[in-house]
Amino acid sequence: MKKLINSPENVVREELEGVALAHPDLVRVHFDPNYVVRADAPVMGKVGVISGGGSGHEPMHGGFVGFGMLDAACPGAVFTSPTPDQMLEATKAVNGGKGVLHIVKNYTGDIMNFEMAAELAMAEGIQVESVITDDDVAVQDSLYTAGRRGVGSTVLAEKVCGAAAQEGRSLKEVADVCRKVKAWGRSMGMALTSCTVPHVGKPTFDLPEDEMEIGIGIHGEPGRTRMKIKSADEITEMLMEPIIKDLPYKAGDEVLLFVNSMGGTPPIELYIVYRKAHEIATKHGLKVVRNLIGPYITSLEMAGTSITLLKMDADLLKLWDAPVKTPGLRWGM
Amino acid sequence: MSISRDDTLNWIKSCAAVLAENRDYLTQLDAAIGDADHGANMDRGFKAVMAKMPEMADKDIGTIFKTVGMTLLSTVGGAGGPLYGTFFLQAGMKSAGKMELSLEDWTIALEAALAGVVMRGKAELGDKTMVDALMPALNALKQSLQDHQPLGDALRASAQAAREGMIATVPLVARKGRASYLGERSAGHQDPGATSSYLILNAAAETWKNT
Repeated sequence: MKKLINSPENVVREELEGVALAHPDLVRVHFDPNYVVRADAPVMGKVGVISGGGSGHEPMHGGFVGFGMLDAACPGAVFTSPTPDQMLEATKAVNGGKGVLHIVKNYTGDIMNFEMAAELAMAEGIQVESVITDDDVAVQDSLYTAGRRGVGSTVLAEKVCGAAAQEGRSLKEVADVCRKVKAWGRSMGMALTSCTVPHVGKPTFDLPEDEMEIGIGIHGEPGRTRMKIKSADEITEMLMEPIIKDLPYKAGDEVLLFVNSMGGTPPIELYIVYRKAHEIATKHGLKVVRNLIGPYITSLEMAGTSITLLKMDADLLKLWDAPVKTPGLRWGM
Repeated sequence: MSISRDDTLNWIKSCAAVLAENRDYLTQLDAAIGDADHGANMDRGFKAVMAKMPEMADKDIGTIFKTVGMTLLSTVGGAGGPLYGTFFLQAGMKSAGKMELSLEDWTIALEAALAGVVMRGKAELGDKTMVDALMPALNALKQSLQDHQPLGDALRASAQAAREGMIATVPLVARKGRASYLGERSAGHQDPGATSSYLILNAAAETWKNT
C-alpha cells in the first residue's frame, strides 16, 4: 500500500484536523463524536440539513458543509457508516428550531444508524425528516434486496436542499425538494482500478490491467459486470443508455449532467466523458441546462467515473443557482 | 450449572480476542461480497468494549450487556454497529439485575437479542445475514432446554448449529445488506455477519464449557 498517510487508524481524525485548520471561516470540526458543522450553526429559524456516511468519498459530505448547503456532516470510518451518537449530536448542533432533514444514502448501515439517531433526536423533541437517496441504476431494485445504492444524486440533493433551507422553507418543503431529486435523479458508475482501504492495506478487488468493472459502487463493491476495457465513448454510452432508459428521461426534458471522478480519474478524461455524454443526451432530445464536472463523490483513489442525470424544473434550477459557500462547492458569493 | 458475572465478563473478553484474531478473515469475507470493513469494525468495537472492562467489573449481567451494546453502537458503525448494539442491548434488558444466568435465562436473552436484530435489520432466515447463524443457535438452545441438557452441552450444540447456519450461507443469494447488490454473484461466499455471530456464540460455548 502506497498512501500519503501516517497510520491507518488516524486517517479520518487527521483529515478532519486538516479541514478544521483550512476552513475555520466556513466550518467547525467537533471530535468525539466526530462531525463537521457550519461555523455559524445553529442558524436560528432555518431548517438544518445534515448528511453523513463513511469517509473516503471526499469532498462528500464534509466538504459540502457551509452556507447554502449542509449544516453538518458526520464522517464514519473509511467506507463505514457513522454511528447514531454522531448524528444525534450533529442534529442537536444544527437545530435552529425548524427541524432537521437527514439525507441518507441507501446502504443498510447508514439507514440503521440514521434511523436510530432520528429516533433519539425525536425523543429529545427535535423534528426530523429523513430522505433516502437511491439513484444507482446499476443495482436492480427489488423487494428482495437492500434496493438501489445512493450515489451521485446525493451531492445534487445536498446542494438544492441546502439552498431551499437557506431560503427559509419549512422542513416538509425542504424534504420535498429532496424527494424530487430522489425521483428525478439517476446514476451509474464504472471503475478502471480498485481502491485500497487504508486499514485493509490491499486493493478491495483485483482488476486486471485490461479489464473494467461496470456498475461499480462507491465503496469498491463489485458492479454489474466485468469486461475488457473499451474506449471512453463506448464506456460513456454503457453508462448513459441505462440511465436515460431508467427514469425514463424524455425528449424535451431539461437536465443537469454530472460527470464525477471516482478519485483517480483526472479532469482531462472527465471532459472526454462529458463530451460524449452531452452528445448522447442531445441525441435523446435532452437539454443539458447545467453541469457539474469533477471529483465530488469519490471512492478513495479509484480510477473511474460515474454519471448522474437530474431532471430539472424552474424550482430546482433556481435552487441549484443559489449562492453556496463550502470547502467543496462555491459560487454566487 | 449457571453463568456467573465473571463468566460473562470472560466471554466478552474472549469475543474481543477472537474478533481481533479473525479481523483479517472477516474483512476478507466482506471484501468478497461487501465493503471490506466488517473485521476492522468489530475489532474496533470490542477494543472499545475492553476499555470499559474496569467499569463493568462490579455490575450485574444486564448492565454489562447494556454497556457492551451501547459501546458497540457508538464505535462499530456500518450495519454491524446497530445490529450487534441492539443484540446486546436486548440481551441486557432480559438480564437486568441478574448476577447469574441459567440455561433458560440465556435462552431468553438470546431470543430477545435475535428478535432485536430481526426488528432492526428486517432480515429473515435465508437472506444471508447474521440471522442465519443466530436463529439455528437459538433453536438448538430451546431444544436443549426442553431436553434438560446440561448447560455446557447445550452451549456446544448451539455453537454447532450457528456454525452449520454460517456454512449454509455460502450458496445463498444475499437479499439484505450490501451483498444483496451483487445478486447471483453473492452466492459462493460465506456471509461475514453470520461468521462473526458464530465466532461470538462459539466463544460463549468455549468460555462457559465448564460452568
